[in-house]
Amino acid sequence: MLKEKYKTEIDEILARYPVKRSALLPLLYLAQQEEGYVSEAAMKEIAGLLRLTPSQVYETVTFYTMLNLKPVGKFHIQVCKSLMCALVGSDTVLGWLKTKLGIGPGQTTVDRMFTVSAVECLAACGTGPMMQINDDYYERLTEHKLDRILADLRMSGTSALKSGPFMWPEPSGAVRREG
Amino acid sequence: MPTYEKILLKNMEQPGYTGSLPDYERAGGYQALRKVLGKVPPAEVTATVIKSGLRGRGGAGFPTGVKWGFLPKDYQGPRYLCCNADESEPGTFKDRQLIERDPHQMIEGIVLACYAIQAATAYIYIRGEFVLGAEILERALSEARTAGYVGKNILEQGIGIDVWVHRGAGAYICGEETALLESLEGKRGLPRVKPPFPATHGLYNEPTVVNNVETLANLPHILVRGAEWFASIGSAPKSTGTRIFCVSGHVKRPGNYEVPMGITFRELIYEHAGGMRGKETLKAFIPGGASAPFLTPDHLDVKMDFESVAQAGSMLGSGGVTVMEQGTSMVWATLRLMEFFYHESCGKCTPCREGSSWLVQTLRRIIDRRGRMEDLETLTDLCKNIAGRTVCAFGDAEISPVLSTLKHWRHEYIELIHAAEAANLIRPEPVGAKR
Repeated sequence: MLKEKYKTEIDEILARYPVKRSALLPLLYLAQQEEGYVSEAAMKEIAGLLRLTPSQVYETVTFYTMLNLKPVGKFHIQVCKSLMCALVGSDTVLGWLKTKLGIGPGQTTVDRMFTVSAVECLAACGTGPMMQINDDYYERLTEHKLDRILADLRMSGTSALKSGPFMWPEPSGAVRREG
Repeated sequence: MPTYEKILLKNMEQPGYTGSLPDYERAGGYQALRKVLGKVPPAEVTATVIKSGLRGRGGAGFPTGVKWGFLPKDYQGPRYLCCNADESEPGTFKDRQLIERDPHQMIEGIVLACYAIQAATAYIYIRGEFVLGAEILERALSEARTAGYVGKNILEQGIGIDVWVHRGAGAYICGEETALLESLEGKRGLPRVKPPFPATHGLYNEPTVVNNVETLANLPHILVRGAEWFASIGSAPKSTGTRIFCVSGHVKRPGNYEVPMGITFRELIYEHAGGMRGKETLKAFIPGGASAPFLTPDHLDVKMDFESVAQAGSMLGSGGVTVMEQGTSMVWATLRLMEFFYHESCGKCTPCREGSSWLVQTLRRIIDRRGRMEDLETLTDLCKNIAGRTVCAFGDAEISPVLSTLKHWRHEYIELIHAAEAANLIRPEPVGAKR
């Protein structure tokens, strides 16, 4: 149950809004953080916390692509496929992933490590092709860089190749960190 | 290459600038707040912003101060400010940089705007994918609260303004201001019918202003250096100040470039962004995000201000400039954008929901060499029946790639259809478009 585990967080979230229902997305994020997706039990509990009906919660969840109604792999790879990334090779990135992981968009590896999705614009158009893995952005992808990212994730669960605070082009004189 | 004074990107381009509170203060940050809060009447702040000519940087370009002026003057209930950090127009990635590299600049702008419209609460609605951005903002807000720039008693002037970060969850439409409000209320992000406008019936039905990140980030500079200074930059009288243009696609140096409004596309693409990436010449460009009609090499000398781009048949929109080289199929590019719009249509209005699906299916058929000449008429007809028939501007946006490529590159559509006829590959169309 979310209420026992996240009591402080939930109280703090509720205090930000004059109307309880506004806390719905933040609470759904808590649920997803806990289980990797938004379960039916979590939706019912959140409905109770916010004095909503379960269907009011469900209708909201189904609108937003970032809320998963089914479990996904440990690493959810979301490759941007919109025009700006497609111009600089996002289809190639999806091809590499297909070769390296054996899965295409909408699929999860049998070991439940990776799920691949092709998604719409993630607002990193100047540094494409790019992908988001869980919370992190990885930009200006090359095959070599992708190999390193996947190896890092398998090894340590994270990769130093993820993007930091964004600035592009980098200011002159800055050290370029590339994969 | 011509160089210009930067306003919004100035701090972050200094070596070693981290965007922390001490860094921002050392660079002159929060001086506007000290100068204005409790010392200049809110109405005067609004007047200064009107005089500066600042227009919204999100896409519509509505004069910011005028928007503030629509709030009811003597209303006693709460008022709200929402900072639109949903940045989701394909081709646009400037707000991400403003958020992640200089968060206090926009926070100061938010507090100033709250003061001007007398709002005690502001919400920063940030797109859900910007997890790092949301963390950076939370950290900066906590610094600002400790230092007394945000909170119950700002700078000991007896004025309380609270600012909260609210993450979206992956819906393009939530950048539309009324959909943003619905989403912030915990509902599906469906745009509202206007009027009434958010100025009178906004968040929780209270008077509300929604301003873009870049718009708000300009405020500290306008209030320190004056409306005349700001109005002297750019393309007077209607497009004042700088803009951060986001260049993407087939150029040598894609990225964010802050320049005065009114420079030409040629200068932005060939000087600042370094020109084309290879030997191919420029074939087409989108001047202001995915919603803006495509332009051709003939339009390279159009000035980048609201009026000039509108005159050329497109719009300056969100400032996202996408460049395409010779060899890029315009029908393919249109389909890619159309797939985006189809995926992101919120489903409220039938013409947009069904029309986007039909447009995708028809375009896909043409690309798959299964098209027929009547498809061109179908495309035009669909667009005509979407335009102006939806609650929000999404409907008008989704048809612009189709109509503009049909206008400038009609022969590419025809060639694909001829290829289909020649190969005799016309087959019954598949049922339903794949999402």
